[in-house]
Amino acid sequence: MDKTGEMYFINGPVVKAKKMTGFMMHEMVLVGNVKLTGEIISLEGDDATIQVYEETTGLKPGEPVSGTGDLLSVTLGPGLIGSVFDGIQRPLDVLKAQSGDFLERGVIANALDMKKAWDVQMPNVKNGDQVVGGQVIATVKETSSVIHKIMIPPSISGIAQNVKSSGKYTIDTSLMTVTSDDGDHEIKLYQRWPVRIPRPYIERLAPKEPLVTGIRVIDTLFPISKGGTAAIPGGFGTGKTVVQHQLAKWADADVIIYIGCGERGNEMTEVLEEFPQLIDPRNGKPLMERTILIANTSNMPVSAREASIYTGITMAEYFRDMGYNVALMADSTSRWAEALREISGRLEEMPAEEGFPPYLASRIGDFYERAGRAKVIGDDQRIGSVSVIGAVSPPGGDFSEPVTTGTKRFIRCFWELDRQLANARHHPSINWLDSYSEYTSELKAWVSKNVDEKFYNMRDRFMQILTEDDTLQQIIKLVGEDVLPDGQKLIVRVANMIKVGYLQQDAFSDVDSNCQLKKQDEMLKIILNYYDRANKLVSKGVVVSEVLDDDIVNTIMRMKENIPNDKIEAFKDVETKINEFFDQLDKKYQVSVEA
Amino acid sequence: MPAKEYVGLSQINGPLIFIQKPTNVGYNEVVEIMIRNEKRLGQVVQISDQMAMIQVFEGTNGLTIDKTRVKFLGKPLMIKVSDEMLGRIFNGIGQPIDNGPEILTGDSRDMNGSPINPVSRMYPRNFIQTGISAIDALMTLIRGQKLPIFSGNGLPHNRIAVQITKQAKLKGEEAGNFAIVFAAMGIKHDEANFIRESLEQSGAIKNTIMFLNLADDPAIERIATPRVALTAAEYLAFDKNLHVLVLLTDMTNYCEALRELATARGEVPSRKGYPGYLYSDLASVYERAGMIKDRNGSITQIPILSMPNDDITHPIPDLTGYITEGQIVLNRDLNRKGIYPPIGVLQSLSRLMKDGIGKGYTRDDHPHVSSQLFASYSRVQEVKALASIIGEEELTDSDKSYLRFGEAFENEFLKQGEDEDRSIEETLDLGWKLLGYLPKIELTRVSEKEIADHYKEIKEI
Repeated sequence: MDKTGEMYFINGPVVKAKKMTGFMMHEMVLVGNVKLTGEIISLEGDDATIQVYEETTGLKPGEPVSGTGDLLSVTLGPGLIGSVFDGIQRPLDVLKAQSGDFLERGVIANALDMKKAWDVQMPNVKNGDQVVGGQVIATVKETSSVIHKIMIPPSISGIAQNVKSSGKYTIDTSLMTVTSDDGDHEIKLYQRWPVRIPRPYIERLAPKEPLVTGIRVIDTLFPISKGGTAAIPGGFGTGKTVVQHQLAKWADADVIIYIGCGERGNEMTEVLEEFPQLIDPRNGKPLMERTILIANTSNMPVSAREASIYTGITMAEYFRDMGYNVALMADSTSRWAEALREISGRLEEMPAEEGFPPYLASRIGDFYERAGRAKVIGDDQRIGSVSVIGAVSPPGGDFSEPVTTGTKRFIRCFWELDRQLANARHHPSINWLDSYSEYTSELKAWVSKNVDEKFYNMRDRFMQILTEDDTLQQIIKLVGEDVLPDGQKLIVRVANMIKVGYLQQDAFSDVDSNCQLKKQDEMLKIILNYYDRANKLVSKGVVVSEVLDDDIVNTIMRMKENIPNDKIEAFKDVETKINEFFDQLDKKYQVSVEA
Repeated sequence: MPAKEYVGLSQINGPLIFIQKPTNVGYNEVVEIMIRNEKRLGQVVQISDQMAMIQVFEGTNGLTIDKTRVKFLGKPLMIKVSDEMLGRIFNGIGQPIDNGPEILTGDSRDMNGSPINPVSRMYPRNFIQTGISAIDALMTLIRGQKLPIFSGNGLPHNRIAVQITKQAKLKGEEAGNFAIVFAAMGIKHDEANFIRESLEQSGAIKNTIMFLNLADDPAIERIATPRVALTAAEYLAFDKNLHVLVLLTDMTNYCEALRELATARGEVPSRKGYPGYLYSDLASVYERAGMIKDRNGSITQIPILSMPNDDITHPIPDLTGYITEGQIVLNRDLNRKGIYPPIGVLQSLSRLMKDGIGKGYTRDDHPHVSSQLFASYSRVQEVKALASIIGEEELTDSDKSYLRFGEAFENEFLKQGEDEDRSIEETLDLGWKLLGYLPKIELTRVSEKEIADHYKEIKEI
């Protein structure tokens, strides 16, 4: 604990120190007289290279570097939910209380509130019981949405002693002592875990259930599973952050972890102001009651940006271990990759593509592989999941750059944001031709059972219409729409109906911001029913303008806004209206054909 | 403690000087460099027990290895901030150049500032009316926002910036406690003069602080200029409760100075030779805009940058766009057609407008009208492309109506005089009037009620 080295080189967030023998790789250290938090990123002989998580202005060669004996770790326990942390898990409201509106350096703050007494329920474990790592020994109602399960840390198992009874305790209280082969361990309400090491689980499970996001283009066309991985690449201004915010709001996960990694300060403020007001559709509670925010904005120190991703995913794994479905949003992983590049550049490492270090892809892979659905450790058969959705900000909107291509290898959903759609204010601007999801076949069984057997068939027909439309659009660009035969004109019009009436979804609309699967199902049915009936007439030689009645088209285009999630039955009226319209047309042309 | 002074350098390389075996010198510390009777400022950019690397803001011209004296001041670059700065003109590192007195009273502040704690920020929502229809309706400026102008050589970005500073006001409130901080980085004398004279004419000059680093001033000084300017702005906004509009022009010159320095330091370059930390560096400038809870002032930033070769994917506009809350992109085609302001609306965007317009802020129908104008104008581009192939005669009636709409949109809505100050109501009514060129069925972004209230079809002219 008393180990101390001496700094001899400072360049931005990278410092070098000598007399460092005995320090661990990735050990957390305190740098300089002002005690800035840092982490050892390489050891060579007696020298160590350290990345410092705070601004290094004023540090001088000769100042001390002292060890903490700990790897860079996070504190996991009640109090996480609803908090806002920086990249190394310092709560920002505590920092504000200590240093004011502007962030000062060298401020040490406990990640969790040590003084708050929690109402701890401990019904099951008695003195003398055998307990194992991961076993739930107590519960705390952390917020109205989340029951926090206190677990034995993964590596500990043995006989429980000195078991406390239910009561009000601070997180530093020892709930029991576990006697194992290697000695006694006090089990407190919190545990610590090094961020760069994945938490263990028993077994990875196949994805089966969708993570319902309330965004039609995702849920219908490119669904993600619970425990799945997705990337949202898009140039600036294409709406990455809005999509990420939408996901954080409406995804049907138990816990949301939102990492603002090197992004705008105002975006975090927006989440902070908005989430406490928004209501979780699953239980009617404020959304903030299931959300953890990690804010390392673009002007905060770059190496803490590098750490923020790991801080977030470690928390996600911890809640997964309780048996929860966790969704983690990282906005943006490109900033994290750039932080790697910046540190690597300061270390004068040999760069690979575009100045990024050669280990970029493997780091990205390591990160996304921490997602998944798993049978978690413990004595009961809990299943939890971590879904990871990372935004990617390719420079110049060029998807062939290293971060996008590196990410593509490790994710299974690719939601490509399209500049042209964004410019036309088609939101969400997810391109329906270039995006993909590998989960559709795995999710089909669940959706068929819980929503509609035909859901995925209808989805496939949507994709067909859109693909065909794409080909037709090429022709239209050359010769205009007028020359198309009526059957193809109808496809173009129906495709437009799908684009405007279905895929476009206003994130700020009161009615349509979140669209549940049942509503999506009804909308699919109505559009396809319209297409089938119209197509029947048109193929009999009826001119296409007959079926493109203003009122009917308008009704279909506006049903997303006119019918809320809780008034699904109103789709019946739309259906009836459309059917009556076509019945009439059928009659009219039947008559003329017969005559 | 007396400051340590060293005589003699070990190396001079571009804008950098090196001093061997310095003792008790801190990273980022400011240094005074004396040659003969001239004093220059520098900053420690890398330090080890063997060597201190110092960037010299005024350049290394005329420095000698043996005679140069260097004094380490033991603190980062500080500037004195006070009310006296209003109406004054300074150079790029905050020294007066208007023959006025030195700023003597006031706080000394670190020019690098400190990041605003995200939980202390207040989300900006107050609509600023600029009187320019395209901006007010389609890419609304919000108090506390950072909204850059992406321009190109020969485009009228300075005129637009001046028009904004002259006309900007909150709705229903006269321009009151406001101030302007103008930071020039490597711009031409003419441009700086134009801006100063315009501000003089409008009387805003007495509420303005100018920091001028012109094209023939030392390039490395530019690295300090926006930081010095923002330090002054932060003082005015958060200590004096003023609403500060910060104009930073031209950020491209700033980035080039950064690249020059990075190259001299032998750093590994990333795209187009710019350093890998360009994003973080720009963020440390742009993120100093905003509002803070329980404080009344605000900093609104309008950085101006010229896109090299009009290329919006160039690293400078690209990284800027990732940090700022939208962008106003100027369009050369519109400029050629004689349309002022030549704002390319489809590429432009304001990220904060969604929460600062509509009910309670501007007018209830604003969000929908704006979305409809975007969508329709976007369709105009498609129709134009089609018309250029098959000819206008062959277009469908609905497509022809788009062409008429597009024409009117550019000539009546975008185009306005440099002194024309349109209220938001005028702007929105004008928008509705032009939507009258389109058949009702095409208006899918506005509600049926709004159509009933505002829409009036314009029949064949």
